[in-house]
Amino acid sequence: MEWEAVIGLEIHTQLSTKSKIFSGSSTAFGAEPNTQACAVDLAMPGMLPVLNEEAVRMAVMFGLAIEAEIGKRSVFDRKNYFYPDLPKGYQTSQFEFPIVGRGHVEIQLEDGTNKQIGVTRAHLEEDAGKSLHEDFHGMTGIDLNRAGTPLLEIVSEPDMRSAKEAVAYLRKIHSIVTYLGICDGNMAEGSMRCDCNVSVRPKGQKEFGTRTEIKNVNSFRFVERAINSEIQRQIEILEDGGRVIQETRLYDADKNETRSMRSKEFANDYRYFPCPDLLPVVIGDDYIEAIRQSLPELPEQKRQRFSEQYGLSDYDASVLSASRAMADYFERVAEVAGDAKLAANWVMVELSRLLNQNNLEIEQSPIPAEHLGQLIQRIRDNTISGKIAKQVFEDMWNGEGSPDHIIETKGLKQVTDTGAIEAVVDEIIAKNPAQVEQYRAADEDRRKKLIGFFVGQTMKASQGKANPQQVNEVLKKKLEG
Amino acid sequence: MHTKTAAEISQDLQAGKYTSVEITQVFLQRIKQIDSSLNSYITVSEEQALEQAKAADARRAAGNAGPLTGVPFAHKDIFCTDGIRTTCASRMLENFVPPYNSTVAQKLLDAGAVCLGKTNMDEFAMGSSNETSYFGAVKNPWELSRVSGGSSGGSAAAVAARLTPFATGTDTGGSIRQPAAFCGLTGLKPTYGRVSRLGVVAFASSLDQAGPMARTAEDAALMLQAMAGFDPKDSTCAERDVPDYLAALNQPLDGLRIGLPKEYFGADLDPAMADLIQAAIKELEALGAQVQEISLPNTALSVPAYYVIAPAEASANLSRFDGVRYGYRCENPTNLDDLYMRTRAEGFGDEVKRRILIGTYALSAGYYDAYYRKAQQIRRLIRDDFVKALESVDVILSPTTPGTAFNLNAMSADPVSMYLADLFTIPVNLAGLPAISMPAGLIDGLPAGLQLVGNYFEEARLLNIAHQFQQRTQWHTLAPQGVPV
Amino acid sequence: MSIERGDVEKIAYLARIQITDAQLDKVTEDLSRILSLVDQMQEVSTEGVEPMSNPLDMVQRLRADQVTEENQRERFQAIAPATEAGLYLVPKVIE
Ligand SMILES: [Mg+2]
Ligand SMILES: [Zn+2]
Repeated sequence: MEWEAVIGLEIHTQLSTKSKIFSGSSTAFGAEPNTQACAVDLAMPGMLPVLNEEAVRMAVMFGLAIEAEIGKRSVFDRKNYFYPDLPKGYQTSQFEFPIVGRGHVEIQLEDGTNKQIGVTRAHLEEDAGKSLHEDFHGMTGIDLNRAGTPLLEIVSEPDMRSAKEAVAYLRKIHSIVTYLGICDGNMAEGSMRCDCNVSVRPKGQKEFGTRTEIKNVNSFRFVERAINSEIQRQIEILEDGGRVIQETRLYDADKNETRSMRSKEFANDYRYFPCPDLLPVVIGDDYIEAIRQSLPELPEQKRQRFSEQYGLSDYDASVLSASRAMADYFERVAEVAGDAKLAANWVMVELSRLLNQNNLEIEQSPIPAEHLGQLIQRIRDNTISGKIAKQVFEDMWNGEGSPDHIIETKGLKQVTDTGAIEAVVDEIIAKNPAQVEQYRAADEDRRKKLIGFFVGQTMKASQGKANPQQVNEVLKKKLEG
Repeated sequence: MHTKTAAEISQDLQAGKYTSVEITQVFLQRIKQIDSSLNSYITVSEEQALEQAKAADARRAAGNAGPLTGVPFAHKDIFCTDGIRTTCASRMLENFVPPYNSTVAQKLLDAGAVCLGKTNMDEFAMGSSNETSYFGAVKNPWELSRVSGGSSGGSAAAVAARLTPFATGTDTGGSIRQPAAFCGLTGLKPTYGRVSRLGVVAFASSLDQAGPMARTAEDAALMLQAMAGFDPKDSTCAERDVPDYLAALNQPLDGLRIGLPKEYFGADLDPAMADLIQAAIKELEALGAQVQEISLPNTALSVPAYYVIAPAEASANLSRFDGVRYGYRCENPTNLDDLYMRTRAEGFGDEVKRRILIGTYALSAGYYDAYYRKAQQIRRLIRDDFVKALESVDVILSPTTPGTAFNLNAMSADPVSMYLADLFTIPVNLAGLPAISMPAGLIDGLPAGLQLVGNYFEEARLLNIAHQFQQRTQWHTLAPQGVPV
Repeated sequence: MSIERGDVEKIAYLARIQITDAQLDKVTEDLSRILSLVDQMQEVSTEGVEPMSNPLDMVQRLRADQVTEENQRERFQAIAPATEAGLYLVPKVIE
């Protein structure tokens, strides 16, 4: 039987506010345990929440970016459950009236087509603390620094049909929130975490199968692998005549499999009700309009502009606009280089190759955009050849400085002095009488092939610095006598 | 000296008749002598009180004393006080010393008032008799075999017995007004949002409100002046100016329109209480007030709705007591659930557990609509009744309670009968309105209270009426008989 | 609506309050009495009435995004039942 997967994602996005959603504690990452947990975060008796205006603004920015309905009257609820990383015994979240309603995003599929993915809602809530499982005499340690960090939970429709689509959607959300500057997008630090709802059904069937939820997957690669392994697991169960149980599962990256998390499942009844310590959040049209006016250019708009303004292919434009950092880098290179297509090529081919090899993000590139732009300039003004450029590029990667500095100190400047080139050519002709004989005897077509030998020898003799076009011209003239 | 009101002490301190240290010592001494028969204090903070008194005297000498500077008072043990144990009358917080002040505690500290200690109460403010306290019941100074009322029963007994000139209280369903009535005091529950809830251990967040408990309306005004006001750290605290409550006390009552809700004066009202209220009405009429009948048709639904809303909010508010970060923790927990379940079983008393369970039930899957949502709808009906009634009258008058203080242990076996006795006070909390209870007479030697409900943020009007009433009557000056005064 | 022993056991677990078998009957009876009081609500129709969570028609105030709190770990942990290395300790959490 042919199976089809149905996937929906719940993405928890940490908003990059300075202080927590309901208290004045810092949200900075990496502090000593419990040094950024104030009386409110610790749920000391009598402590009360006051909402951070920046969290609201960021949520509205996101809503506008995905063309969603904005909840003009949103309500915070209490989600009740006991867990040591949840000091109040409830999470303050939004249930019935979220701040962001239905919206959508476009993803680009590998076959070049686009697909629209629905976003059901996005709501504001507080993050929990962290449990540290190293052994403290058989006890678990609790760090509440993260407790109260603002989260925007973005819930998708079950619109994805493969792990690849799910990753493309996650990447799109990642690029939107980083473009907006509302999340640093750092998945390794947990700034974005993803719950994947996965089910399978026979292809063509309308009803959904029973779904499972894979909790807290924290990288693009793991999302793809976790979903694929879960799809495979469910298909195997169904093909063996079994039934999938609705449950929460955890992805084990080492074993590349998901496992049941029954401990968390037992007797959950969250008893949501409106939080009486907070009042309805009411926002007006003026507020929303002001935020709309302040929105930066978004990935989709940038992609279109790149293909129109720079004449890039759809594919190139979407790769270069995928992240704000990538787009900014490319545009700077293009500006300095004075040639967008060459800039696109260098960024997407040479630079991406080294970044991938070294597992680096564009923000971590050892080559500043200005330098790459200058390198391209030197190709364009014939200071160096394309081939030498690649050598200079390697040196730049290795931290040897600006392209002009490398060209200068290594004497890589292209030789364009016709006299000097003629001297080298004369030498080559003198050294290779047999080949000269052969050339002169050949017809026009064959000569075109044979000249390559002399070009190669000349370039080699000039250590690659001779201008190839000039070499060609001089050779033709001299060989033809 | 101990029989003086706060206003009198304030004047005496200003006139230099005695120092704050002297008057503080008088009360500390009196607490030592008398409180063993009442159990009105959980903690007496003698050392800090004397330090504060010294500081108050120094401040007066420096010429920047305010009206409350140097005047002693007591805090209900629900207000967090920095460095002073705050128990909420629970084993759960038996040894809890907060590293912060509630806003109310801070404001009174800033005013220079001297905190004598922390008064007894029903555990987590859940009760109407002060019998649910982990630290034992409080006895009524008028008759030691009777309850002081609750949940602010310790504050009421202490003020009535002259163990403090006045005290703070909190009122979620009548917890200031009912003990004030039972002990012959003037107690005011302000409008929801008038006084900050920050640092007040939460029972039911949408109903809780702190207020003053005193012998006279004048003292209550003095105290509310210091307690009220906007707090940016409490989202539900109103951003409005605090009027001059003392200045409003002396306005004439000519033309005051008083409404008598017919639902509160049914055939089952105790005739002695009915007579006493009628006599009080005569006094108010003599002061220029006009009385008319009004209707609050959904009154009977108040207690049922309250016993869903308050426990539901409490069930979540009390989840933070889990033995992890502060407070009681059971011995040798074997696993996480054992830690939670035994800590909470051992740390909470029966009434608190009952209410947590009821609240949990009302919010649980399948019951939310029938209980919680329904109660919230009824809450709106009740509030709308009041809003409508207050279009035609200025204040609404009723007894504070159906009867006077009952005997200790009389109702503790049947919680529901005690819940039902709060039928005059509970609707006011559901509506969020301000209300005052003032002494209106004695029934069989025990004080009875009269309640006035005003429109939102009209505390000044209520204090004004109570003060004018107290200019004509002597009920508020009577001293209890159960302890030497 | 009447409440049964099984319901009480379930909500007691949700509320993380241990109730012994010996206490269960009494607790069930107490809760039943409270529920019969509460059930008087069912007699009135509330169709179309907007639920009210707060007595004032106020809206949420927003706070400026500023760090106003300093580290007070020592003070907070001085009153904690069990801490080590700046962490609150609880019995082992199994995931
Ligand atoms: Mg979720
Ligand atoms: Zn969430």
